[in-house]
Amino acid sequence: MLTPDTLLAALEAIRRREVSSLELVRQSLDRMEHVNRILNAFNSVYPERALGLAREVDGGRIAGPLAGVPIALKDNICTSFGTTTCSSRMLQLFRSPYDATVVQRLESAGAIIVGKTNMDEFAMGSSTENSAFGPTHNPWDVTRVPGGSSGGSAAAVAGGMTCAAIGSDTGGSIRQPASMCGVVGLKPTYGRVSRYGLVAYASSLDQIGPIAWNVPDVALLLGVLAGHDRRDSTSAAEPVPDYLHELDASAKPPRIGIPREYQAAGGLDDDVRNAVGEATKVYQALGAELVDISLPHTEYGIAAYYIIAPCEASSNLARYDGVHFGHRTRQPVRDIVELFSKSRAEGFGEEVQRRIMIGTYALSSGYYDAYYLQALKMRALIKRDFDAAFEKCDVVLCPTSPTPAFKIGEKTGHPLQMYLVDVFTVTCNIAGIPGISIPCGLSSGPLPLPIGLQLLGPAFSEGRLLQIAHMYEKATDWHTRRPKL
Amino acid sequence: MPQPKISLDQVRHVAKLARLDLSDDQLRKYTSQLMPILDYVAKIGQIDMSGVEPMAHVLPLKNVLREDVVEPSLSVEDVLRNAPDTDGPFFKVPKIIGADEDSAG
Repeated sequence: MLTPDTLLAALEAIRRREVSSLELVRQSLDRMEHVNRILNAFNSVYPERALGLAREVDGGRIAGPLAGVPIALKDNICTSFGTTTCSSRMLQLFRSPYDATVVQRLESAGAIIVGKTNMDEFAMGSSTENSAFGPTHNPWDVTRVPGGSSGGSAAAVAGGMTCAAIGSDTGGSIRQPASMCGVVGLKPTYGRVSRYGLVAYASSLDQIGPIAWNVPDVALLLGVLAGHDRRDSTSAAEPVPDYLHELDASAKPPRIGIPREYQAAGGLDDDVRNAVGEATKVYQALGAELVDISLPHTEYGIAAYYIIAPCEASSNLARYDGVHFGHRTRQPVRDIVELFSKSRAEGFGEEVQRRIMIGTYALSSGYYDAYYLQALKMRALIKRDFDAAFEKCDVVLCPTSPTPAFKIGEKTGHPLQMYLVDVFTVTCNIAGIPGISIPCGLSSGPLPLPIGLQLLGPAFSEGRLLQIAHMYEKATDWHTRRPKL
Repeated sequence: MPQPKISLDQVRHVAKLARLDLSDDQLRKYTSQLMPILDYVAKIGQIDMSGVEPMAHVLPLKNVLREDVVEPSLSVEDVLRNAPDTDGPFFKVPKIIGADEDSAG
């Protein structure tokens, strides 16, 4: 593990000159060299660049709220250095000509990006097994998945290689790997963080967010990432509060909504049910009021998501045609359409091809009304469900994942089974509201596996959401557990 | 509500629309995988949602535009940097005009 391993502790140690940024980045790079060959969390690493920046921080030439700490960045976020591959053969050699807005913000704050992390290809997946570069392994049990699609980012933190990481979440891709790796992951409100430079998967659902060991670390990172960006026309003008300093501001006990439908959800592992049950008792002991709520359209969430996301993806991924960038087939072709078709068939992995086809089908003439339009109506109803729930409670509480991390290969033969693991995470993206996963337990069994608790709040309520999450952290110690790697 | 069971021919057609050159074996495999998925998502048609407005987007944003003035952009070198094949300042591709009817549109 890095010493110190959490973001705020590392920043404090650097400020006090107990450790230099150079030493910390060296530790990170050493750790990556040893551990990454087992975990495969990184697609690319940038030691020289990182050490150069560390020297600038130590020399006082770079300063900022994140100055000197090593962080990892999901490989679907464009950097003008190195490659941005989305873990796909389609973009294996792609060198972005520009930095994403979040990269500019992180680097202005002094953060040091040491590498780009592995992911499910084009962010399509829940296990990081859909990567063209091999799966990432869970630091808690290397025979298991780290979750996905931001599995590399979650493993970078949980494996002790960086103090924090950045991921993206379209249907749960920050929260679910955070849950499976025993770390904290936040998906902000849609529009809270700029998507400029995030390779698009589903434009109405995608959001970038932070992954770290604890809530204060995540609060600090969100403060750096969030804010309006004129280069992202879907970016919100909402002012950004000081999330970190407001964490302890309100002592008001929250009203916690427990959705009836999630209790009845099938496939819920006993350890998960118990851990989440214990967590609600912790909140009760802290003075929270538990409120029974209903989210009646829960059962249609996956169906809506697996129509909306593939439809948007089929449009977003149409740009990968072998013409201007990305993989171009070397096979002889008769004309431009054959160029497109062969390049795409060669460049895209199976899950990506499946989702493009689902989306193309659902948008095609004769099917558009039955699938896509219906899914958009369901979106309105799901949003309405949450709006009604938030009249009665401050946050909704539920598990993040129905089970702890599953074995690598366990669900790859059954695409639909894989989709169903997203049951608790997709509705949050559909409604555009923020959600956070925090560690709340470990599974019973020879090798304990992390269990995550999910809290969902109204749009732009990240401040209160983080406060309520932090309340739980202060009363428990699950976020201090570390895997034995 | 159209029959969710998808045929090999339909998958072949969808693959063509999506510009994916797939072998018959791949098409057969995808057909068998897509059937349960489409069957599952088709449940969205089971519930009466007449009177509900479709929601494409959660934020009440409309026509977010900037002034139509030239701003700094990418250089030609940047733009061509990842090009698979170039000819001077151009991207080079196989012929487009005169392609057979089957592939047009």
